[in-house]
Amino acid sequence: MKRIALISTLFAGALLIWGTRDFPSWGDPNAPASRHVSPTYIERTVEETHIPNAVTSVLGDYRGYDTMFETVVIFCAGIVVISVLRRPDA
Amino acid sequence: MIWQIDLLLLTLVVICGVTTIFLKDLLAATLVFSVYSFLMCLLWAEMGAVDVAFTEATVGAGVSTMLFIATILRTTRRSKD
Amino acid sequence: MKTDHSLPQDRPIGPSLIIEVGVRIMIPFIQLFGLYVIAHGHYSPGGGFQGGVVLGASFILMAIAFDLKTSLRFFSLRANAVMASSGVFIYTGTGVLCALVGGMFLDYSALDAILTLGPVEWRSMGVFIVELGVGLAVTAIMASLFWDLSSGGDMDKGL
Repeated sequence: MKRIALISTLFAGALLIWGTRDFPSWGDPNAPASRHVSPTYIERTVEETHIPNAVTSVLGDYRGYDTMFETVVIFCAGIVVISVLRRPDA
Repeated sequence: MIWQIDLLLLTLVVICGVTTIFLKDLLAATLVFSVYSFLMCLLWAEMGAVDVAFTEATVGAGVSTMLFIATILRTTRRSKD
Repeated sequence: MKTDHSLPQDRPIGPSLIIEVGVRIMIPFIQLFGLYVIAHGHYSPGGGFQGGVVLGASFILMAIAFDLKTSLRFFSLRANAVMASSGVFIYTGTGVLCALVGGMFLDYSALDAILTLGPVEWRSMGVFIVELGVGLAVTAIMASLFWDLSSGGDMDKGL
């Protein structure tokens, strides 16, 4: 069983490494990821939100739902740990 | 991107990842995992993603290691397999 | 690999003067740095999440170096629960407030109807309020995660 696991892991890893050949090179301005919405954010962040740090403006303003549910996920994790572990007489 | 630093960091990341799997002592595995997180932080910082590097350093190498250690000291230190 | 299976209870760990004095000096600076990271997230790397984790880590450090009771003296369980809930409430409440005063959910420029700062300035302020909420929630949750996991739920003694 362990041998099958090792072989399948190596196979999947080789597939992943083979898949990286199709990736754009690092920091390529013509990559699909940096041509879709990133230029709009980078160009209009300061005039639209007055935030010099583009990461903060994307996280807090343009992608506000994402950060909101990230906070909710952390809150849920804390609530679950409290409700599983904490005893009421503490 | 300086490829020498990249090569060194990626090699150490792979070594730390494999060592984390094969260690039987869970406390040692946790510490190696912390080293893994810190190397990933250096890798992010070297790629220019400073925000992600900051998160990785605080959460991955700092708090999650402490949570693992707390859990190990409360349960058991030996892995089953 | 040689492993040590002795339980943590029979290892002699007592209070150490060096660690206590060092941590006593370090904690204010760590907390100041956490507040700086939250407040300065507009201009430098960081933000609510990272600053909140740094602030929570200062209480974790207090619980490790001294005792769990000591960190509970500075950050009570009631304050912890209130902080965690109010952080999430600040975030979602800001979004709902935006919707109530005539904009869309989480569209901070609509808050201009409450206090006239200009819609662009309100987007900056809205991000700051939201980051503050994230910081509050993450601080409280990180500290309470460590308390619960290290004491097994009864808050009498930690690691």
